[in-house]
Amino acid sequence: MLKKSLIALVTVLAMAGCASKGAHNAQDNAIPTPVDNSSTAGIGSNTDGAPVQIGDMNSSGQDVGLFDAAAKANVIYFSLDSSDIDSAGQTVVDKFARYLQANPTTKVRIEGNTDERGSREYNVGLGERRANAVVSALRTKGVAAAQLSVISYGEERPAAQGHDEAAWAQNRRAVIVRQ
Amino acid sequence: MRNNFFGLLVLLMVSSTAHADLDVVITGADTAASPIAIVPFAGLAANEVDMAKVIDADLSRTGQFRTLSRSSMPEQPSDPSAVNYSAWRAVNMDNLVLAQAKHDPATGKVQVRFYLLDAVRGGAPLMAYDMPAVMPNQLRYVAHQISDLIYQKLTGIPGAFTTKIAYVAVNGLGAQRRFELVVADYDGDSPRTIAVSREPLMSPSWAPDRKQLAYVGYERGRQAIYIQSLSTGQVRKLISEKGINGSPAWSPDGRSLAVTLSFETNPDIYIIDVATGARRRMTDQYGIDTEAAWSPDGQYLVFTSDRGGQPQIYQIPVAGGDAKRITFVGKQNLKASYSPDGKSLVLVNYDDARYRIALLDLASGAMKIISDGPLDESPSFAPNGMVVIYATQDRRGVGLATSSLDGRTRLRMSQSGEVHEPVWSPKTQ
Repeated sequence: MLKKSLIALVTVLAMAGCASKGAHNAQDNAIPTPVDNSSTAGIGSNTDGAPVQIGDMNSSGQDVGLFDAAAKANVIYFSLDSSDIDSAGQTVVDKFARYLQANPTTKVRIEGNTDERGSREYNVGLGERRANAVVSALRTKGVAAAQLSVISYGEERPAAQGHDEAAWAQNRRAVIVRQ
Repeated sequence: MRNNFFGLLVLLMVSSTAHADLDVVITGADTAASPIAIVPFAGLAANEVDMAKVIDADLSRTGQFRTLSRSSMPEQPSDPSAVNYSAWRAVNMDNLVLAQAKHDPATGKVQVRFYLLDAVRGGAPLMAYDMPAVMPNQLRYVAHQISDLIYQKLTGIPGAFTTKIAYVAVNGLGAQRRFELVVADYDGDSPRTIAVSREPLMSPSWAPDRKQLAYVGYERGRQAIYIQSLSTGQVRKLISEKGINGSPAWSPDGRSLAVTLSFETNPDIYIIDVATGARRRMTDQYGIDTEAAWSPDGQYLVFTSDRGGQPQIYQIPVAGGDAKRITFVGKQNLKASYSPDGKSLVLVNYDDARYRIALLDLASGAMKIISDGPLDESPSFAPNGMVVIYATQDRRGVGLATSSLDGRTRLRMSQSGEVHEPVWSPKTQ
């Protein structure tokens, strides 16, 4: 469409003289690509609709574990590049193991998280490894598999915002969330 | 390029391109950069885009050009007949770009005529084009088109200045956290949010026709890979298995996606047929296999694996076969992708407690670091292979930057909020 309205290049100017360059090949006389779109418009279309929404926009309570009153009691922290549960983490696991065995209809989700170092998708894998370590520890204590599920958020949902070891230590964690 | 003789002198005279909103860092003596002056375009209204500034930033970003600041310009002509070549030779310019814009009151459109001049030899213009007449809000796009034409003329390589990027923008912590998937011009201008979520959005991947994006989202505690049409906004959930559904990477023919799934054992690479959903498992290995990327010929995948302990890059034939480790320099190497010519990888290299962007030459195995870190990630080649975009952290927060292939010319973009995972679109076909 715009191609038709494209005004021809100024060949006269381009071709006058300039023998010294000797560079006037077909490229010089190429017609510029037509402007098919405003750069503000969408690609391949003029549609500029509202963004789509992925997931639930309302607070469902499923990921507010960090901020509820029990926050400190349902988090297991990990050291760098590790999915080993230390004694403090084991205390949290033991507490939840007793609770879940006493309440066999209760289900929990274990959310694995990492610090911001390393690539994002690799960290999703590392977060899942941490969540699975917590699942194994709970299973060892006799919790039924049906009560447990796993999700990894990698580095996408930090608990602390800084870019230092203090913040990273807060973010390398698995969180046990009631479902 | 031409007239490298002047390169050294120019270095002494030109500090850097001056842009209030762009942070250009030029390091090292770059005698290969060709000096060029983009004279302010005549005839543009005050409220219209400063087209010369857009072109200046386009060319500067490649590291192949060194642009002249306006305060150093001896004159600001808009027609070749008015150019005093000796004055431009005195400031060591190889080339000049001049232009004039004309407004048509009847249609409201603006037409730009631009000239590329050889400042050293003078004579007739190297290029003299009338660009298509457009409405004023399309002038930025026209500026990028002019950059493409100049770049191809002077380097012989197609420009990538009319391409797009997709990235993830994040704001807030905890329950307030909001994720947006954004598509913008390659320089970050004209951003458009195409998806929003209060749970993570991750890993955008362009379809080769650049009409669709694949990406990762979370819905009610479950991960999924989505495919979204950019023209209609229509979203299709491609897969949502138990566990990880991550790292979508479109094959060069557009028919399949390499993905990471963990539902069978642990994170492994699979190839999914986009039309049928049929899937094929590519790796079955203890450890995390993720972040697959296709070779341009579609014959190989590279991916990140910690099967050897620390994460390193491995390569596997798509037709089947054993994975082979291909990175040996650095404590860790992550998130690799191929250059458009298939000869090198761009990846994240971890060493000396820093995550930095590096280029790996596949033939020699040589690793070249092109950024400073300490927390750089998610590198992606421009479709012409001449610039890399990546996410970085500095005093301004988490944002996007570009680097020339020699690492000497870096440009930090200005965007609000935390911005990461930039991916460069293919060119239009």
